[in-house]
Amino acid sequence: MKILTTPRLERCIGCHSCSLACARLVHQRLSWDMAGIRIASSGGLSTGFEARTCLACTQAPCALACPTGAYSQRRGGGVIVRKNICIRCGECARACPVDAIYLDPTGDPFVCLHCGKCVPYCPHDCLEMKEVGGGSPAGKAAAPEVAA
Amino acid sequence: MIRDYFRVLIVDLASGKGKVANVPGRDEVAGGSGLGAFLFAKYGKADKPWDDPEQPVIFAIGPLTGYFPLMSKTVAAFKSPYHDQYAESHAGGRSALALKFADLDAMVLTGRAPSPSAVVVGSRHLELKEVHYLWGLNIQESGKLLRRMFRGSGHRSILRIGPAGEQKSAMAGINVDTYRHFGRLGGGGALGAKNIKAVVIIGDGSFPLMEGKDYPKLFEAVYQKLTATDMMQKYHNLGTPVNVAILNEQKALPWRNLQATTDPNVHGITGERFAETALLRNAACAGCPVGCIHIGFSRERFQTDYRYFYRQVSYDHEPIFATGSMLGVTDCFAVLDILDVVEQMGLDVMSAGVALAWATEALEKGIVTENETLLPLKFGDHNTYEMAVRHLAYGANDFYRLLAQGTLKAAAHYGGGDFACVLGQEMAGYATGEVFFTSQALGLRHSHLDSAGYTYDQTHKDKDVGQAVDFLMKDEASRAFLTSMVACLFARGVYNEELLADCLQVVGYGSMAGNIDAISGNIQKLRWQTRLTTGFNPQSVSIPKRFTEVTTRKGRVDSEFLAALKGDYARRIMEMAPSEDPSQS
Repeated sequence: MKILTTPRLERCIGCHSCSLACARLVHQRLSWDMAGIRIASSGGLSTGFEARTCLACTQAPCALACPTGAYSQRRGGGVIVRKNICIRCGECARACPVDAIYLDPTGDPFVCLHCGKCVPYCPHDCLEMKEVGGGSPAGKAAAPEVAA
Repeated sequence: MIRDYFRVLIVDLASGKGKVANVPGRDEVAGGSGLGAFLFAKYGKADKPWDDPEQPVIFAIGPLTGYFPLMSKTVAAFKSPYHDQYAESHAGGRSALALKFADLDAMVLTGRAPSPSAVVVGSRHLELKEVHYLWGLNIQESGKLLRRMFRGSGHRSILRIGPAGEQKSAMAGINVDTYRHFGRLGGGGALGAKNIKAVVIIGDGSFPLMEGKDYPKLFEAVYQKLTATDMMQKYHNLGTPVNVAILNEQKALPWRNLQATTDPNVHGITGERFAETALLRNAACAGCPVGCIHIGFSRERFQTDYRYFYRQVSYDHEPIFATGSMLGVTDCFAVLDILDVVEQMGLDVMSAGVALAWATEALEKGIVTENETLLPLKFGDHNTYEMAVRHLAYGANDFYRLLAQGTLKAAAHYGGGDFACVLGQEMAGYATGEVFFTSQALGLRHSHLDSAGYTYDQTHKDKDVGQAVDFLMKDEASRAFLTSMVACLFARGVYNEELLADCLQVVGYGSMAGNIDAISGNIQKLRWQTRLTTGFNPQSVSIPKRFTEVTTRKGRVDSEFLAALKGDYARRIMEMAPSEDPSQS
């Protein structure tokens, strides 16, 4: 099982290619919000950038807070998302201690699925899929589960 | 959002209210440059002065903005305080994607706010906020406060003006997200005249993408071209400052008010020197993986003990030319110190540097005295130039107030027009020869990016007037289409007509994809008609004597060739003059 990590974010230039790739390839949207990784300046552009993304909690507060089971614990960390049973209550986003979940104006939550599709689009190699064990064949990221 | 019309927000600054207009014309003018001219024809007043409250300040993006890499620029269109005619200026930062995600193809600011204000827009937001307490603050101070005052960190763009814009200076730029600028032709003055200190664009919308795999597949191919090949290496590595040493070697770098085109002391300000000693990091415009923004630092010791503060300052070829070679400053940190002041004041760096170079030579020649300059301006003395930049921004006396309206305005009053380095506006950093001088002097934006005149000089030794002007006209039309998409012109080598057609087709603009040549021509004509209608007469443009005294790699500039180029280019431009209403063409 692999998770998305951001070990070299000091190199980030703020191009948003990762967010745009996630929105494009995972969610079929043109967006820098509807994405599992979102980039913001850390207090103005002169101070560099930070990534808002899932840290792959092994006891995910968002999953614990979800009243319908739309968010459930993923092996190796993070959550499995079943959009078809999400009631858009927003409890997941409120429970996340690091603001990793974006709620769109309708309350639809967007979180990193640890699929790694954003990784090749970072021009400075800031992102990395890291093996954490948990059952998936080595070297292969789990397919994103984002059932409609 | 793909739509066959333009979604335009028109904000009346007097009332703080706005309305959304669905404007037809997508297949005729595309967006960006074409849309700017189109909206100026619709909302602008050709016969009224630039600072009339009715004049619009327009920000426009294009049909490919956000959909493909390097489609990351915004076009600002306005009546210029520099020449009181139609003008365009381009900038990146986050402005383009923020407008896209605010679900706007363009924003038109009309009227005048009753007091200093900030316009704040988003996909579900419009506000005119009174900000008198920001008036007088420099770019950095106001930027810090604006970031705290408004939401949307990371996914917004903050445009603001500095003291120069508040003074309605013709050399005032609009700062975009700290490191980018609508620099040229006085956009900052145009906002200042409207009492607008800042424009905050919150990109908080999202759009569904086209179904199927064609779009992500084409995106991937474009992305690979832009990142995996060496086509963008120049911008990624040393950045545009790589040009400094190259142009100096080619006898094409203006030194000390263009009294020379090469100098052995260039080594202190080359791209290599900046990268090795002053480069802190890189940054990117949103939607661009190239990251051409190079950020150095300016450090100041403020106590006799080792106590410092520092500021991060972006640098490029043009700023280095304007505050380095043009002012005889040959140390990269001294250049960054001057650039830092230019940034804080919100001045256009090319205009400011070239104007102060003229002032320095005018003082040397006794045409003006220290009564006018207030300072003993001297080539190479960067500390004095830092103070002079402030005088220019604030309009410290009659001399600086006049100089800030344009070097030729000051020269008309004091004398010294022969050595004013003005090509429509203060020159860009390419003394390559006759074709470039003509292209900037008569180009629509008076920009080195209107067409590749400098490249033509570097690759052609012949003096075929017709062929050179044909090249300028054709290259301009091609670039006008690119800046209507709105692409960064650094990607012009990647986005050829065939690829642009593919991109337009895949996102749903098939009719545009099949008609690029005709639309390019239409945009070119519309822009010129808009410019001509507001008073531009290309036949009256004069190129100061200094440009004929230059020696380039091709040898001494040929005055007759220069005059012939100018005459023929002016004639070709006049052929596009409007018959009646430019909006009907």
